[in-house]
Amino acid sequence: MINKPNPVLTAILYGLLTLGAVIALLPFAWVLFGAFKSQAEILAAPGAWLPQSFTNLSNFVILFAERMFGRYMINSLIVSAATVVTNVLFATMAGYALAKLEFPGHKLVFGCVLAAMMVPYIALFVPQFFIIVQMGLVNTLVAVMLPIAVMPIGVFIMRQFADSVPDELLEAARLDGAGELTIFFRIFLPLVGPAIATVAIITFLNSWNYFLWPLIVAQNQETYTLPVGLAVASQGARSTDYGLLLAGAIVVLLPVLILFLFLQKYFVQGIAGTGIK
Amino acid sequence: MSPIASLISEPSRLRAATAWLFVAPFMTIFIVFTAVPAVLALIYSFTDIGVADIRRPLEVDFVFIDTFVRVLTNAGFLKAVGTTALFVLIGVPLTMAIGLALAIGLNNGITKLRSTYRAAFYLPVITNIVAAAVIWQYAFTLSGPVNSMLGSLGLTGVNWLGDPRMAMPTVIMLAVWRNVGTCMVLFLAGLQSIPEDVYEAAMIDGASAWRRFTAITLPLLKPATLLVTVLMTVSFMNIFDEPYLLTKGGPLSSTKSVALWVYEQFGQGNIAPAMAGSYVMLAIVVVLGVVQLRWLRAR
Repeated sequence: MINKPNPVLTAILYGLLTLGAVIALLPFAWVLFGAFKSQAEILAAPGAWLPQSFTNLSNFVILFAERMFGRYMINSLIVSAATVVTNVLFATMAGYALAKLEFPGHKLVFGCVLAAMMVPYIALFVPQFFIIVQMGLVNTLVAVMLPIAVMPIGVFIMRQFADSVPDELLEAARLDGAGELTIFFRIFLPLVGPAIATVAIITFLNSWNYFLWPLIVAQNQETYTLPVGLAVASQGARSTDYGLLLAGAIVVLLPVLILFLFLQKYFVQGIAGTGIK
Repeated sequence: MSPIASLISEPSRLRAATAWLFVAPFMTIFIVFTAVPAVLALIYSFTDIGVADIRRPLEVDFVFIDTFVRVLTNAGFLKAVGTTALFVLIGVPLTMAIGLALAIGLNNGITKLRSTYRAAFYLPVITNIVAAAVIWQYAFTLSGPVNSMLGSLGLTGVNWLGDPRMAMPTVIMLAVWRNVGTCMVLFLAGLQSIPEDVYEAAMIDGASAWRRFTAITLPLLKPATLLVTVLMTVSFMNIFDEPYLLTKGGPLSSTKSVALWVYEQFGQGNIAPAMAGSYVMLAIVVVLGVVQLRWLRAR
């Protein structure tokens, strides 16, 4: 900008943005402080901001020792790890084909990608459940994973990135007599590292936070993922044991928060990369 | 066929085969878990399928539009449509306005700490909804942190989730908190694509800040606005997680969205009405999406 910004206005703007950031982050303070409070501290009115001691880990101990949060966490990790692998592999393959291989039907396939992103999930889950019942997979982790084994968003992101890989590189390899698979694995894959990271993170985020479908197909505690386990706990008996529930919320939140801290760039890219060109 | 043509067509056929091999995993999952369910839901909307038929889905009777008539005359469904409309009409503009204000503040107003603020506003987006709802339930109970903050300001506490008039604003607050970051990031990307010299030229011509906003920023931000409007409308029309987890649609059905109504019908074994209801919803989403695209493109 040419003219000097007004210092008073700038100060007010910083003040407003800081206020907004505090409001956005306040819930994280509540959960952090609340998870270490005993039930007596939670019920006390007026409640204190800080817990009496941050070393009071009894809520976490109960979650893992008496509730089955250890099991839920393993299930969540299995679902997330497996879907990250399948999504990265299959989305990269599909994105490459859509962007770089002329083939009859590519418009149809891309139309399916867009349709899959648009259809409201609520219109699909009942028949999806029928199909899983017919497959005999109710109450298995495979049933939780199958519908998100290749998410359209990953294919979409990969296609956008693949578009920017120069055709000349691939053509040169073709003229040298390289086969299509060699071109994909040796030439194309090494060029799209950042896109793979973005797809991996988006997939992890989606599968870790995946809620409605696991809630429907996982019908006993052995197959609950963390969000399902936490939701069931928050709606069951003793549902006002907020210290325990907030500790559960921390267990659910922590892995994503840690990833975000280190890989913020890819998170934001994933969102920004989905639309505007 | 000439030797040269066969040289060209052979590799291109191979390439097409490779391409279909590469899209096969996506297409398989798409067909089994999106296309077939979408068709099934439509077909079953015209039947009397109930929970007992899930294992024998071919032995159902067609009742034509009876199910749709039942759904469209059901007071609970109509109320849910109204509630969903309220979610959209309040939630979408509110989320977009805050997101746009934050994006402009970050992009044009400040030079320091940009990425720190952006991270803070974006954090709620990646927060697990179940965890967020647990925090909300705790924070908005009668003796929770929100009311004690109000108390320390000398204000009386509110029965946020128990009062039919306050439950809706509380649920909307959670949805807005979670969606503002997405709007902000998309608007930021749009703002960054506006060239700086357009503003400089306008300033030399003496255009005020407000005039620059209405004459440059808003028109040039149209692609971003289009995308954000459609994304947010779809997201608020399908709102499920927030009311399901916070209030279960209560109190007195005051926060029961169409998606939640569909889920409840499914849970009660009323499979056909659930599917018909979800298709009514799908139709509204499609029509609204097309109208929005037309309307925003035309301007």
